[in-house]
Amino acid sequence: MIFLSDHLETYLVIAVLLLLLGVYGMVRHKTFIGMLISSEFILAGASINFMAFNRFLAPNPAVGQIFALFIMGIAAAEAAIVVSLILMVYHRFRTVDPAQVHDLQH
Amino acid sequence: MFAYKCIAEALFVFFIAVTFTGGYFAVRAKYIMHAVMGLAVSLLGIAGLYFHLGSPFLAMMQVLIYVGAVCIIIAFGIMVGPKPQADEEKRVLGKRNALLAGAACLLGFGLLTVTVVQATWVPATVKTGDMTVRFLGESLLNQFCLSFELISVILLTAIIGALIIANIGKEEAES
Repeated sequence: MIFLSDHLETYLVIAVLLLLLGVYGMVRHKTFIGMLISSEFILAGASINFMAFNRFLAPNPAVGQIFALFIMGIAAAEAAIVVSLILMVYHRFRTVDPAQVHDLQH
Repeated sequence: MFAYKCIAEALFVFFIAVTFTGGYFAVRAKYIMHAVMGLAVSLLGIAGLYFHLGSPFLAMMQVLIYVGAVCIIIAFGIMVGPKPQADEEKRVLGKRNALLAGAACLLGFGLLTVTVVQATWVPATVKTGDMTVRFLGESLLNQFCLSFELISVILLTAIIGALIIANIGKEEAES
């Protein structure tokens, strides 16, 4: 009997699916918060990749875990910064549509 | 032993299902609050996957940081933030663009999956250390001390930066 959880490829395919889910959500949502939520999926796919390679291939099993923890910290910092940026953009432009925020184009 | 393995496998499939059901709701939700709920459910499923990858510590951190902190930050961002546009057309893509986005993602999935399955992965011959929390903590304070310090500095900078940016927005709104 083949156990799915014992194969590296299963985890890699899950990570690919999460990455593309994030990309699709990023394209589909037209609000800043929707795009932030989708970017979390991309980061989650990256950390699953690190953990999978850590479990099956890496010589030192602490490296992947520390990298995944690092990605979690980056994601938390990114979420805090993006939420405050969204508030600032709303106060300045009075809109939540990313297509309306185009000061640098002029 | 075999029965335990089968139960673990069933749980693995369950966690995958939870991850992608939550992901589907997060991406396809009509209201942004539902999307946050979907994100939380999906991240819980990913915590289960970390458990299967042999790291209970990371699974706990996933629940604590992602489900606990990041989802709450996003929920607060929605609550104190601007009102979303009333009509759905302004919030999500049109039908034709959605089809194109779906097709592009399917193509990417096909290409990446073929690459992943065809590649030959060579495991390391010599393994140093183990997956215990003790070993993780020791290497975090010895070998990887710099990354440990770096992440704390990044978090501190992000908190101060977020406060300053939010304050700038408030001052501009008042003036």
